Amino acid sequence: MTEIIQKVKNLSIGFKSKKGEEILILRNISTNIKKGETVGIVGESGSGKSTLALAMMGYVKHGLYTIGGECEFNSSNLLKMKNRDLEKIRGRKIAMIPQNAGQALTPNLKIGYQIDEALQLHSDLKEEEREQKISELLNKVRLPSPETIALRYPHELSGGQQQRVAVAMALAGTPDLLLLDEPTTGLDVTTQAHVLELLNFIAKDTGTSMVYVSHDLGAIAQVSDRIIVMYSGEIVLEGPSRDILKKPIHPYTYGLLKSIPKLSLAGLPQSMPGSQPQPGTMHRGCSFFERCDFSEEKCKSNSPQLEYLEELNTSVRCFNHKSLMNDSQVNQTVNKIKTSLQDKEILNISEVSISYAKQKLLDQVLNRISDDNPTVKDININIKKGETIALVGESGSGKSTILKSIAGLLRTKGGIIKFDQKRNLSSDLKERDPNDLRIIQLIFQNPDESLNPNHTVEEIIAQPLKLYFGLKGEELKKNIIELLQKVRLGEFYMSRYPRQLSGGEKQRVAVARAFAAKPDIILCDEVTSALDVSVQAAVLNLLQQLKEDFGTTYIFVSHDLAVVRAISDRVAVLYQGRLCEVGPSKDVYQFPSHPYTEVLLGAVLEPDPDIKPKLVAEDIVEEKPPQKGCSFQGRCSRILGDICKNEIPPWQITNSGNSIRCHIPLKELQKNQIN
Amino acid sequence: MKLDNIYQEEKKSNFAKVSEIIITMASRPSGFIGLSILIFHVILAFISPYIAPYDFKAINPTLMLQAPSAEYWFGTDDLGRDVFTRTILGGRTALTITFFGSLIALLWGGLLGIFCGLVGGKTDDIVMRIVDAFLSIPWILAMLLIVSLLGTSTEVLIPALGFFYGKGIVRVARAATHDVIAKDFIVSARARGHSNFSIIWNEIIPNVRDAILVEGAMRWSWMLLGFSSLSFLGFGVSPPTPDWGLMISNARGLMSFAYWSVIAPIVGLSSLIIGINLTADAFAKALGIDRSTKAPV
Repeated sequence: MTEIIQKVKNLSIGFKSKKGEEILILRNISTNIKKGETVGIVGESGSGKSTLALAMMGYVKHGLYTIGGECEFNSSNLLKMKNRDLEKIRGRKIAMIPQNAGQALTPNLKIGYQIDEALQLHSDLKEEEREQKISELLNKVRLPSPETIALRYPHELSGGQQQRVAVAMALAGTPDLLLLDEPTTGLDVTTQAHVLELLNFIAKDTGTSMVYVSHDLGAIAQVSDRIIVMYSGEIVLEGPSRDILKKPIHPYTYGLLKSIPKLSLAGLPQSMPGSQPQPGTMHRGCSFFERCDFSEEKCKSNSPQLEYLEELNTSVRCFNHKSLMNDSQVNQTVNKIKTSLQDKEILNISEVSISYAKQKLLDQVLNRISDDNPTVKDININIKKGETIALVGESGSGKSTILKSIAGLLRTKGGIIKFDQKRNLSSDLKERDPNDLRIIQLIFQNPDESLNPNHTVEEIIAQPLKLYFGLKGEELKKNIIELLQKVRLGEFYMSRYPRQLSGGEKQRVAVARAFAAKPDIILCDEVTSALDVSVQAAVLNLLQQLKEDFGTTYIFVSHDLAVVRAISDRVAVLYQGRLCEVGPSKDVYQFPSHPYTEVLLGAVLEPDPDIKPKLVAEDIVEEKPPQKGCSFQGRCSRILGDICKNEIPPWQITNSGNSIRCHIPLKELQKNQIN
Repeated sequence: MKLDNIYQEEKKSNFAKVSEIIITMASRPSGFIGLSILIFHVILAFISPYIAPYDFKAINPTLMLQAPSAEYWFGTDDLGRDVFTRTILGGRTALTITFFGSLIALLWGGLLGIFCGLVGGKTDDIVMRIVDAFLSIPWILAMLLIVSLLGTSTEVLIPALGFFYGKGIVRVARAATHDVIAKDFIVSARARGHSNFSIIWNEIIPNVRDAILVEGAMRWSWMLLGFSSLSFLGFGVSPPTPDWGLMISNARGLMSFAYWSVIAPIVGLSSLIIGINLTADAFAKALGIDRSTKAPV
């Protein structure tokens, strides 16, 4: 049996509410981390996964305190240790890699200096040796030319590179245990796949144990040997990662896996009803009772204990795990989306270009924009009524920029946006008449920011109704209730403030507000990326339902290719503000495709340990689109030569009507990409 | 799905909200002391004309500089006037003028700051440079100039003090507006086509109101000190109206042998300033603006 390096025993952490009640964030957690293994902790936001990881390095967040139990490392309880003793362990024995490396690095110190600092603290190397060690570490995390990187400041590196530096700093003390708190959540899909691959390599190479905290089952599946699933402060399932992902025997994990959209399946996944109970609201019985499809009468009043099943080497907290065991594989069923496509084109975007460059004084005076290499260029998309078109690409690809221009929030440099084939929409908000503003509504990524915290739900939804239709009194109220019912919220939500709602409920209110204007087009900017997976499916299903009812057109921006696959009729792939590929979604997800689409598709993480991401291109980040030639020339693995660097590639159309902008003939693309 | 009552929070009436804030303020010792002092002063200001034992302007040369006694609690001043009467009446003018002065400062400073924050660009640049320019002028000199040109009437003092103390509020309001302006709910309101006025009134003010109110409360105590300084210099309230600043100024030469004539107004003035300061602090904490005391979750 391998050595256990961290032992968590009956750990409970909580805080005191204003009324003096003890509210538990972690409830009686016990687990062991063995030497050399990678443990993934997965759960929705608020499930206590970060609190558990922090407790493993003897840290309890301000305002929380340990109620009982211990975290034993090297046979001493970290939670009772003095700060001075903890300092000797943190960094040297247990290191942490934070979620946002950009914020974890000091902005005014050079990378090399910061790693040197970590080495001074956590190793006994002399000055000359340290210099050697710095380049060794930077090499290990696969940063190009370590000598130059060491002389740079954090802001001169990309997000992925910053995360690598954070990994290098964590490795400086050659720790026995690495804690990773959502280390890839803020990164682009391709970068994320690269960082995960690096972490896997490091785990094997150094034999360090890792605790990987994430909400993303896809990322967890790629790195972990063992998975702990947490739900409202409890471990509900713990076992070998393959078994848990392939044959989940807890209803929560089962439902979670079913609600994740997959690349291989078009259509909307089934959603899990309800949301996780808030800390302090747990009553007797199983905490998952209200959302469970397998619940029985006894689940209501008796809370199940964590039960260890010898034959599966798995612990599960459920009375009914046996019936799930027989159910075996997760049979994902999807609701096929009905296309309500009409022939009529509702929005024509032609030759649109947008520039963020600061304009010279003369141009400012003449009120014009001049920039020969604008951020977004040559955008031509015709959108049909009732269609869902998705814009996909990594951060910086200009997808949100295009949305803003359609909404009139950002002036275009050139090009025409035409509504209903007759009306030109001005790119300046002030020049649009109220009706032009009404027909296009926005739904934002983060409902915490898009809903005014000082307004009640009633006031929020009333705004467009008052503005566009001048409704008052009883009629206004009737309309608000109707809209709330449309988004499956009860009438009693009217007097609530956004802070009293869960993430999914808030996003429903935002959806209701958008639909209140009776718009023809709704712009969805990453609407599900701030939500938990189980809620995401519900919001997607709601959007689809509303679209079928109202015949609305959606322009859907997302970085998540699986979500896009689930909901969209047509997909436009963007790189550096230029279109790469436009086509019906079923064709874009099939080869032949643009080399960039191939990169994106390869990097998607599926919650399945058998499907590894394919890393086709480097994850370097380009600051600016190239002056001439193909926009993807800098990262393309199939680059032909000068033609790609000098000439803008032509549009090639496949048999199924998929347009690809590439110099490589379609047949050749097909041949190379077939596997 | 049923939420427990710690997360349940129905919409409250404005009265309920205000009383809850006051209760929270009073539950802290410093807030309780501050509120008690302030309320004491305000009540005193209202009732003092009716409880004053003597006429505040009755000069009696035979009673010059009497030490405190059962008859004259705080003694008498150099003209034989009762110091107790003049002290309890002395806060009235200062309190009224600075209260309305602060309201004016809050209004113009707050609105201009919010407007600049929302509009941004060149308008913001120009207005803020003008505000900066005014901030660099020593206010007391400018006040002296205004007062000597226009006189020391209430109609001059209130707007003049309001103007000079509002400059700082412009900056605070602008900064608070910048915090909310980038949020998506403002973008959303803009995209819907709401007017600037509607965005300021419905979206911004509810979110910056607390910060501006706290700042205004702090300014009030500063303004009180400023106003008393003006009186001390002889440019505030004109004699024989009782006023703390004026009383301190008159009696300061007699301090060595008639301490009572100066101590009473000093205690009155400083206790009111401390009271307002403590109240403003407690107010900020009750609203949750002071982050260090916020609940952990």
